[in-house]
Formats: sequence, C-alpha cells, structure tokens
Amino acid sequence: MKKKKGFGLLAKQKAAGWGFLAPASILIFVMSFYPMVKAFITSLQTGPAAKLTWADPIFKNYTRMFNDRVFLTAMGNTFLYLIIQVPIMLILAILLAQLLNNRNLKFKGLFRTLIFLPCATSLVSYALIFKTLFANQGLINSILMNLGIIKENINWLGQSDTAKAVIIIALLWRWTGYNMVFFLAGLQNIEYSVYEAANIDGASGWKTFWHITVPLLRPVIVMTGIMSINGTLQLFDESVNLTNGGPANATITMSHYIYNNALGQGVANFGYASALSFVVFILVAILAFINLKVGDTRD
Amino acid sequence: MTNAAAVRKPKVSHIQRKLIPSYIFLTIVSLLSVFPLFWMFTAATNTTLEVAQGKVWFGGYLIENYKNLVASQNLWQAMGNSFFYATIQTLSTLLICSLAGYGFELYHDKGKDRLFAVLLLAMMVPQVATLIPLFTMISQMKLLNTVFAFIIPGLATPFMIMMFRQNSRNFPIDTMEAARIDGLSEIGIFFRMYFPMMRSTYAASAVIVFMNAWNAYMWPRTVMKGNSVQTMPMLIANMSNGYSVDYGMLMLGVLFCSLPTILIFFLLQKQFAEGITGSVK
Repeated sequence: MKKKKGFGLLAKQKAAGWGFLAPASILIFVMSFYPMVKAFITSLQTGPAAKLTWADPIFKNYTRMFNDRVFLTAMGNTFLYLIIQVPIMLILAILLAQLLNNRNLKFKGLFRTLIFLPCATSLVSYALIFKTLFANQGLINSILMNLGIIKENINWLGQSDTAKAVIIIALLWRWTGYNMVFFLAGLQNIEYSVYEAANIDGASGWKTFWHITVPLLRPVIVMTGIMSINGTLQLFDESVNLTNGGPANATITMSHYIYNNALGQGVANFGYASALSFVVFILVAILAFINLKVGDTRD
Repeated sequence: MTNAAAVRKPKVSHIQRKLIPSYIFLTIVSLLSVFPLFWMFTAATNTTLEVAQGKVWFGGYLIENYKNLVASQNLWQAMGNSFFYATIQTLSTLLICSLAGYGFELYHDKGKDRLFAVLLLAMMVPQVATLIPLFTMISQMKLLNTVFAFIIPGLATPFMIMMFRQNSRNFPIDTMEAARIDGLSEIGIFFRMYFPMMRSTYAASAVIVFMNAWNAYMWPRTVMKGNSVQTMPMLIANMSNGYSVDYGMLMLGVLFCSLPTILIFFLLQKQFAEGITGSVK
C-alpha cells in the first residue's frame, strides 16, 4: 500500500513536469517545426496560392533561383553586409568592452549607458532616422557642405555603393553596443590579475588585447558571431525602411526579396518564396555550424 | 603619512594620463551613439524645412508637428494597439516559457533533456521561412487582425525557455520537497514559491519580450491589416512612404514610437542588460 502510494506520487510529479513544459513545446512544434516542413512541401509546388500544384520537375523552384538576377543580387548584398559589417562590429565591440573593463577608468557607467543606448530604438525607428539623416536634403549633406568637403549634395540613398555604405553604418550604430554588453559580461569572468600580470610583464595594450582578451573571450565571440550571422542573413526592417531595397535592388536583402515574392503588392508566389526561404534556412544552419567548429578546433 | 600621499598622487595621475586615449575614443563613440537620437528629439521640434537645412537644436514647432501628426495619423490608436499587444504578449509569453523552463530544469530527466535539445533547433528557423505557413494557418483560423494573430508566433521561444531554465538552477530543490510535505501541489509550488523567488528573472524577461513585441515589424505587417489594428512601427513606416515627407512630423512619430522603449531602457537598464545576456551565462 505504502509503496504504491509513493510510486503514485512520483508518477504524479513526473506527469506534472511534462504538463509544465507541454504548452511551450507544442507551440514550438506547431509554430516553428511544422511550418518548416510545410514550407519545404510548398517549395516543391507552383501556381496561385489558393491551388498549388506539384512543380514539374519537382525542384523547379530551386533551379529557377540560379537564373534569378534579383535573388543573386540579394544574396550578394546580404553576404556583403555579413563580410564587412559583422567583423568590424565585433572587433569594435570587444575593443570597447576591453577599454571599459579597466579598473582605473572613470565615468565607466556613463560611457556604457551611452554606447548601449542605440539598442533602445526599434529597428524601424532607427532605419527612418538614418534615412532622414542621409536624405538628399539631410543633415549629413548639409554638414559636409558647410565643412566644404563636398560641393553639391551626395545622393546617398540613390547610388548603389553609398546606399550599401549607409546600411552598414546604420547596422554598426545599432548593434555594436548590443554586442559590447556580451563581451563586458564575458570579461567580468576573466581574472583581473591576468591583466595586471601582463601589465607588469610590459605587454602593450594591443598585445594584451590580441593575446589575452581575444582568446579568453572565444566562447562569447562564437556566440555573438552566430547571433550576428543569423541576424544579418535575416535582415528585413532596414532594407524595407531605409532604402526600400533600392536603388534598383542594390541594397535588397534576401528576407526582403522573399517577402516581396510571397506577400508583396499583387504577388503571391508562395512556392518560389518558400524555396528561397529554405535556402536562407540552410545558409543559417551551415554558417552556424562552421562558426561552432572554428570556435572548437582552435583549442 | 603626508609623504605617502605625495608619492601616491602622481602615480594616480600617471595612470589617468595613460588612459587619455581611452577617454578620447570612448567619448567619440558615445557622442556618435547618442547623436542620432538627440537629433531625433530636436528634429521633432522643427519644421521640415529647418530639418532639411540641417538645424541641430530645439525649435518651436513641436506643437504644430503634433497637431499635424494627430490630424493625419491615428497616432493614439496605434500607440494603444502597440501597448495592448505588447502587454498581452509579455504576460502570456512569460507564463508559458517560465512554466516550461521550470519543468525542464526542476523535473528534468533524460527524455526532457532530449526534447529540450530538439526545441533549441527552432532558434535556427528564419522568420521569413515560417511566414507563409503561419500566415495561411492564422487566416484559416480566422484570426487575422486580432491580438491572437499578433502574439501566437512569439508565445514560446527557445530563447525565453532557456532564460528561465538557466536561471532556475538557483532554485533550491530542497524547499520543493518541504513544500510537498506541507501539502502544496506541483502547480502550487510554481505559483507560490517559484514565481516570487524568480522575480528578477521575470523582470529581465519582461523587458526583453515587451521591447521585442513593441518593435516587431515583419509579422504585424503581415497579419494586422488596416488602420484600426496597426502598430506604431507600421504607422511610422507608412508615414515615410509618401512622396513629400514632412521630416519634423515624421521624427515626432519616430519619437513616439521610441519613447516607451527609451524610457524602459533608462529605468530598467540593469534588467535590460540582464535580459539580453541572461540566457547565455
């Protein structure tokens, strides 16, 4: 009797545990995994949204994208942002964290708050702020004019190279402080005495940075690297609101192009959009995997 | 003693002198970080012409800009919508994810650990990939333009479950046993003991979920069609799409959209930083 009661209690506890995690688990299956399967099936179909039929040949949507100039451009843009912006941002963030981690530095809290502040703005808000700052009749042009650096307004958002540069500048502004917070947290786990020893040994600031800070922060670098890659591959708000993908798709991102294909004005190309989005999924997975591997083998 | 002080003093200033490059660099980065936001505040008080001419100080046009903004946009409706959706999202997401984090950590066994590892894979699922199936699902359920459409995809996220799971490690299991002997039910332990003890985790998570919900753009734009359900990010995005944009008015709109999150940032900065880094300790 007694034993049975004890067993019943344990079983009850076990059931309670499953009960607690069931709602969230079911939601993730229904809202993330099932849609991924669904997206894959849809990616093999064509036709209007209301009556999709199997594509013939079955991978037609996938072969089609290799001849899709706009998609290749979008992929190129996204990778350009990734290759230029992410390394600059991460190095800058580590450097800032390193400077702020100095015990003798004054106004530490103030600097940290101010550099972290851009995170408080929504993606749409800062995209619009930068759009206005870099407008033809914008502040940046009038400052450069007054300083005599330029003679006539630069059409920042109207030329493909400068428009890309503006997006990269905006991304750096929004995300550097965000990443810095991770590195600050990581640095707090490093014994301060390591730095003091390096200082006594006469190591220069740069040497300390490259030979102590960077290796010790490797796990945080891998994590922020994965987050940044993931975020960059999914860029949407900036492309839509800062440049609207223009001029002539010079700044459009993959997510923006997929959205336009799926739910743009008068378009509902669900099959093709799903195939494109599956490519993004695979890219995210591959790059995250590579980053994890690189982070591991350097041990 | 005076001697010691005299020796120490130049040492301190020597250290500070070595830090001068750091101060200069940090000051420049700080100014660059603050400037666009400072400029947003000033631009909201100027006419569109003054903004275009590059004025960088406060003007006297704030009330005019506000009148124009309210006359041309459903500002307070959108503010109300954003506030309502973000609040409901925060409450429901915290409940669902904290229950899951509690279950995964404090009742953990092999099966649950395996399930958790599978759920983590959802972090790699790009939002744009689930957009079409979710949109179809929501419209078939006739939930378009409702608060449910807004909140459903964000109700359970691996990030939030992990946040609660990691932080649950500090929760003392012994007290659970004691509570059981006292006759408290499993769900009772959650509400009466776990919830009050984990208050700081809830606060940090609430800040993150609220901010993300307030700032959400791609999904609301997809499922919340029409003026009466539009959110603040959608409102300002639409404002900037016209042929002739009133910059002063636009920046006032952007200011309204940013104000709640900036306030949260300054009032709850500790929770905000904790919420961002919390699940990766």
